Amino acid sequence: MKRRTFLGLLGAGGAACVLGQSAQAAGTKEFPGYPGSHGVLFDATRCIGCRRCEAGCNQVNGLPAPPQPFDDLSVLDHKRRTNAKTYTVVNRYDNIPGAAGPVFRKNQCQHCLEPACASACFVRAFTKTPQGAVIWDGSVCVGCRYCMIACPFDIPTFEYWEPLTPRIMKCTMCWPQITTGKLKVPGCVAACPVEALVYGKRDDLLKIARGRIQAFPSRYLDHIYGEHEMGGTNWLYISGVPFKDIGLREDLGTTAAPKLTAGALAVVPAIATIWPALLVGIYAINKRRDKVAHEETVQAVARAVAQTQAEAGAKLAKVKADAEADKKSAIEREVKKALEEAAKGQTEEGS
Amino acid sequence: MATDSAAIKKKLLTPFNIVVGIILVVGAILTVVRFTKGLAGVTNLSDNNPWGIWISFDLLCGVALAAGGFTTSAACYVFGLKRYHSAVRPAILTAFLGYSLVVFALHYDVGRPWRLPYPFFVQSGPTSVLFEVGLCVFLYLITLFIEWAPSALEWLGLKKPRNVIVRMTLALTIFGVVLSTMHQSSLGALYLIAPSKLHPLWYSMFLPLFFFVSAIVAGLSMVIFEGTLSHHYLHGKMDKTYLREHDGVTLGFAKGAAMVLVVYFFIKVIGLTMDNNWHYLLTGYGAWFLVELLGFVALPALLYALGVRERNLKLIRWTAVLTVLGIVLNRFNVSLVAFNWQLAPADRYFPSWMEIAISIFIVTVGLLVFRFISTHMPIFYEHPDFREHAPHEGEEEEAPELTEHELKPHPQTFGH
Repeated sequence: MKRRTFLGLLGAGGAACVLGQSAQAAGTKEFPGYPGSHGVLFDATRCIGCRRCEAGCNQVNGLPAPPQPFDDLSVLDHKRRTNAKTYTVVNRYDNIPGAAGPVFRKNQCQHCLEPACASACFVRAFTKTPQGAVIWDGSVCVGCRYCMIACPFDIPTFEYWEPLTPRIMKCTMCWPQITTGKLKVPGCVAACPVEALVYGKRDDLLKIARGRIQAFPSRYLDHIYGEHEMGGTNWLYISGVPFKDIGLREDLGTTAAPKLTAGALAVVPAIATIWPALLVGIYAINKRRDKVAHEETVQAVARAVAQTQAEAGAKLAKVKADAEADKKSAIEREVKKALEEAAKGQTEEGS
Repeated sequence: MATDSAAIKKKLLTPFNIVVGIILVVGAILTVVRFTKGLAGVTNLSDNNPWGIWISFDLLCGVALAAGGFTTSAACYVFGLKRYHSAVRPAILTAFLGYSLVVFALHYDVGRPWRLPYPFFVQSGPTSVLFEVGLCVFLYLITLFIEWAPSALEWLGLKKPRNVIVRMTLALTIFGVVLSTMHQSSLGALYLIAPSKLHPLWYSMFLPLFFFVSAIVAGLSMVIFEGTLSHHYLHGKMDKTYLREHDGVTLGFAKGAAMVLVVYFFIKVIGLTMDNNWHYLLTGYGAWFLVELLGFVALPALLYALGVRERNLKLIRWTAVLTVLGIVLNRFNVSLVAFNWQLAPADRYFPSWMEIAISIFIVTVGLLVFRFISTHMPIFYEHPDFREHAPHEGEEEEAPELTEHELKPHPQTFGH
């Protein structure tokens, strides 16, 4: 709820300006997925871990043959993940409390309604097709691997051994083959011998899943994994054991990945506009402070000079006046003296 | 002839040259391996761990530690702290080289390096935080180049273009601050999309803020640290203005760093409280988090403050080292230690020696270029034809010898 509020405050307006359409993620709007988009429903209670889906995937996608053949079930002894030569893997989960035997689960791209990889890609190499698949375009990919950081399901993989032309490899839900009419359903779904996989419209798959849960409440947990996880995915799972016990994280939350970064991105236009104004303002204030300080110094100096000059003038005048007076008195004294002497002389002559 | 070549040999075979030579040769060989055998040939990267130390160190630390450029130029030109003027040029040069090296290093890391301009010229993904980072770094690198250009133009004696650029100083500085604010924070925001992979103690919606504030600390500390090193090795290149202002810069920046570190400490604590992650402190990751927060944030804040109060330059210099290490630790924690923390130990990443060697190679290239530029161009001194500081009375108006190549270590450094 905290993040929500934060996004609500920061997100809606700013992001909408900058990011255009995709910024709806930052608002309160929910994207329920493209109407009529397709997906796959996986039923963990049906899967027998035969790896035929892996073989089917490998064949229709023209992937290199694995070191161990697909009918070798000993590979299930170790947990595996998808890699650049394998779009899908089945893992066996033993010793699950409450389960009669081992449970198998197939893993591949979940084809999120709002994919983290697509939101994270800085060249928009990923596309969420209206048909439901998330596909990758090799003609623009730089190979930065941020999609792999972003994906909460650890799905995109990279051809690390390719020196100059490494590709991001991941399940396409056989989108290229289906849109060109080569396939009717994805390779894995067609290969499944026990109908653990159902391909169809996501809305229909949700109904099927609910139907099964309702019909056999003791067999299934009352949860469809992928209905809301990470904002919802086109690949859905139902199971009789907790999803975390078959390698599906239950702590991912229901927030679609683009919303996680929308708040931070929304601040960008704010910084780009507020910062320059603020900095120019600070500069102007400093400049003005310097100018005022300079002017004040000049004025103070002028005042001091004037005052000193005035004082000096007064002093000078006083000194001058004193000197004048001295001079005057000296003259007077001398004249008096002379007169006295003259008078004295006259009396002496007369006697 | 024989004695001549022996003398040359002796001059070339200094320990410094030998070590640098080995690093360059190993780097060149590994470069060939990288571009013939792919990333798998030199790195321990995997599908679970797509980003290794080339991102953690070369990108995240490289950008954070190059933050001295924007902090110093902002302090001097925007905030009017003119007494830091002589620190601007070394800081801008360090930043420019830092960012150049970041981009250089990315050429090793990304799958198709010649496509690095694609996000700007071919197809943009503006919903990506990485797009923002890329765009800002791209623009900032150009800005830094222009900010640095006057040094080269003065060296070449081109007055007119130099004066044109100097008149743009304020605009360039503000542009630099805006871009730095955005991409420094966005490097943290990169990890916002992966709450399920990053340990809750390091994941926070404040990640962009943490990265930005700590980048300021990193920038200030790097100016102090780098100034100390330059003082030691490039003393002969420094003019009286630089030397007179040097201690003031160190004290002023230490004071700034102490204050920003305190802010950083408190927003980290607020982040901890907002997400109510206190209970994680009792786990192993919690202990590691406390080492980072107390040992590399709170402690340097205290030491900086102490150093400023006691005017203890030696303490400040060592604190700068501690702080820089703390920033490196933080970036490694976010991108490696606490990232993918839920994976089994066998699936975790540890760099190969070749990845480390290439990172060392890139840093060495940077040091060599820094040394070349600062021994040839007016970085630590003002070019006599382009003075801004009036020479002080009684001081001789003399720039250091322009053609002098021999560098003598100066005793005044950490130990003295």
